[in-house]
Amino acid sequence: MHTVSLLVENKPGALARVSNMFARRGYNIESLAVGPTERPDVSRITLRVNCSRESLEQLEKQMHKLVNVLRVSTLEAGEAVERELALVKVNAPPSKRAELMSLAEVFRARVADLGPDSIVFEVVGHPEEVSSFEELVRPHGVKELARTGRIGLGRASASRAPRQQHVLR
Amino acid sequence: MLGSDAILRSLEAEGVDVVFGIPGGAILPTYDAFARGSSVRHVLARHEQGAGHMAEGYARASGRVGVAIATSGPGATNLVTPIADAWMDSTPLVCITGQVRSSLIGTDAFQETDATGITLPIVKHSWLVQDVEELPHAIKAAFHVASTGRSGPVLVDIAKDVQEAEFDFRYPDEVQLPGWRPPQSVHPRQVAEAAKAIVAAERPILYVGGGTINADACAELLEVAEIVGIPVVTTLMAKGAFPDSHPLACGAPGMHGSKWANWALNKGDLLIAVGSRFDDRVTGKLAAFAAGAKVIHFDVDPAEIGKLRRADIPVVGPLKPALSQLADELRRLVAPGDLGPAAWRRQVDEWRATYPYRYEREGEFLKPQAIIETLRDLTAGRDDVVWTTGVGQHQMWAMQYLVCDQPRTFITSGGLGTMGYGLPAAIGAKAARPDASVICVDGDGCFQMTSQELATSVLEGLPITVVIVNNGWLGMVRQWQEMFYDSRFAETHLTHQVPDYAQLAEAYGGAGFTLSTEDELESVLEEALNCGRTAVVDARCDPEEKCFPMIPAGAAAIDVIEFDDLEDRVEA
Repeated sequence: MHTVSLLVENKPGALARVSNMFARRGYNIESLAVGPTERPDVSRITLRVNCSRESLEQLEKQMHKLVNVLRVSTLEAGEAVERELALVKVNAPPSKRAELMSLAEVFRARVADLGPDSIVFEVVGHPEEVSSFEELVRPHGVKELARTGRIGLGRASASRAPRQQHVLR
Repeated sequence: MLGSDAILRSLEAEGVDVVFGIPGGAILPTYDAFARGSSVRHVLARHEQGAGHMAEGYARASGRVGVAIATSGPGATNLVTPIADAWMDSTPLVCITGQVRSSLIGTDAFQETDATGITLPIVKHSWLVQDVEELPHAIKAAFHVASTGRSGPVLVDIAKDVQEAEFDFRYPDEVQLPGWRPPQSVHPRQVAEAAKAIVAAERPILYVGGGTINADACAELLEVAEIVGIPVVTTLMAKGAFPDSHPLACGAPGMHGSKWANWALNKGDLLIAVGSRFDDRVTGKLAAFAAGAKVIHFDVDPAEIGKLRRADIPVVGPLKPALSQLADELRRLVAPGDLGPAAWRRQVDEWRATYPYRYEREGEFLKPQAIIETLRDLTAGRDDVVWTTGVGQHQMWAMQYLVCDQPRTFITSGGLGTMGYGLPAAIGAKAARPDASVICVDGDGCFQMTSQELATSVLEGLPITVVIVNNGWLGMVRQWQEMFYDSRFAETHLTHQVPDYAQLAEAYGGAGFTLSTEDELESVLEEALNCGRTAVVDARCDPEEKCFPMIPAGAAAIDVIEFDDLEDRVEA
């Protein structure tokens, strides 16, 4: 599984062009997050794709050819900060609340909303932590779940920038 | 200025001399601008698919961007096939479509379709213009994107109210496309490495694709081949990129290429791919293709490098400077009098002599190959003949038997395999090169898919010649049914007689000819070629003739079978 970070022009159809290219070349996007960047005319797309290293290189080149795509980089584990946010609505009868709250504390999950028989937790962290939290509360009964999809940036402290799309010239 | 006038002024600013199209509701304001006057000549097609293929034929014959214009909805969807065709064959094409008014977009209005959405996977880029101020930039950018890097199709979809809007028109001098940065130059180190590998190789082979013609790099290719003496294989799309009559020319490889070209391509120790993309019709079983050969891959599109075959030495960038620099390097490395890979050339020549294209000349019916051979002989030595074809057996025979010594003289649908391409492409080619003799070698199945464009040809006064290799069948499909489906000929019989193509041509105001014997072949074809009008020759031929050699689907290219191999197999 690879995390790809794209800077694209903030124009109608830019996301469609990227996602269409994946579909057309036979790859499934496992996770996708789109949002603004420090520049109003530029958006960042962070996506996850399950493919070989060779396929990733091919996909990077194909993405690079899209006119709306400004930059393509791959976020390597260890060289990037990656985060995801999840909202999890869990069954929480009064008898189970204490147990859930202590679980939440371990993951620094916040209570976003509290109802008579359920709690909405908000958990932020590395996507694997978010998944762990999800697994641990699952036995209590997850009523609904929403995840933002992973976002990431190259580390400020990294010795080198995340691997750039390699264009042979 | 009105948006509609701005469209025409923009086309004029791009140096467009002819466009192909059909008016309709959402593009009417732009046609009204044509009525107000323009230096751009408009060729009225009879179907938008025809207009698109005409623009492609124009582009391939001239090396310039082809332009097709259509209305919204069905006009735009009818352009989808030419756009896909241009995408597969990297033909520079700008399609301009009308769109319903901005206020109606998204409401399922009459003749509304999401043209940019439908074409998304088959364009380099597209623009939906809903603000007239963006119109000049969109058109400028469209021509720029279509023609730079790896050329290809783009779409500009323009809302009707944008065409009717008033604004201050100024055509931009430059495009602002921060995300479109095709390679401008090649890395000298990569070129130097390629040159070293080439002179070190014992059995180098040039595997040349259509990108070489698109890049206008044929003269440079000739230099490279001649400095070292490297045999040259040209794919279907590259026919004419290297002179067919040159001693180093091996012609076409692939599914219906010659045995010698396939062997030369597969038995070399260094494969020099130039603007070619390892298409399955060339490689056969990919894992077995050119096994053991080192690969140098020249391409302007970085994504082609390593897409299907790993490149040992990738050279990314425009082919013209790449090959020119390669020629310079090679001149430095090759000593005068050095014969290069002479033994390898002798080997290839030996294969060529042993396995020429051949067919069984005897039989009850006229042989389709004889039609092509006669056309070749009638035009021998001329450098002003442009061929177009449909798709199928006749196309493969045209590839095998015609001799093209100039680039842009063999115009065919390769990647998409679009039946019906030939006639409209011929019209476009004739518009691009009015002084050339344009001959469309077509199939009977293909011809019927776009035959309405005879009207366009006749009314435009274009003396093109369509030679229908009429075997009465969807011949290539029939061949597969015979070879791989136990001769169950489901729905492939078209008949020789319906329609009567000569009468059809005359109904359109053209000249019609019918022939069915070898005796009349030369005289009738000659008469048709010289009649000075749009002419259709119905050449009725052997319904059962199969196209050989052939690499069966999924087989290794090296195991290409000849027609006599097949006879042996059947008898055994």
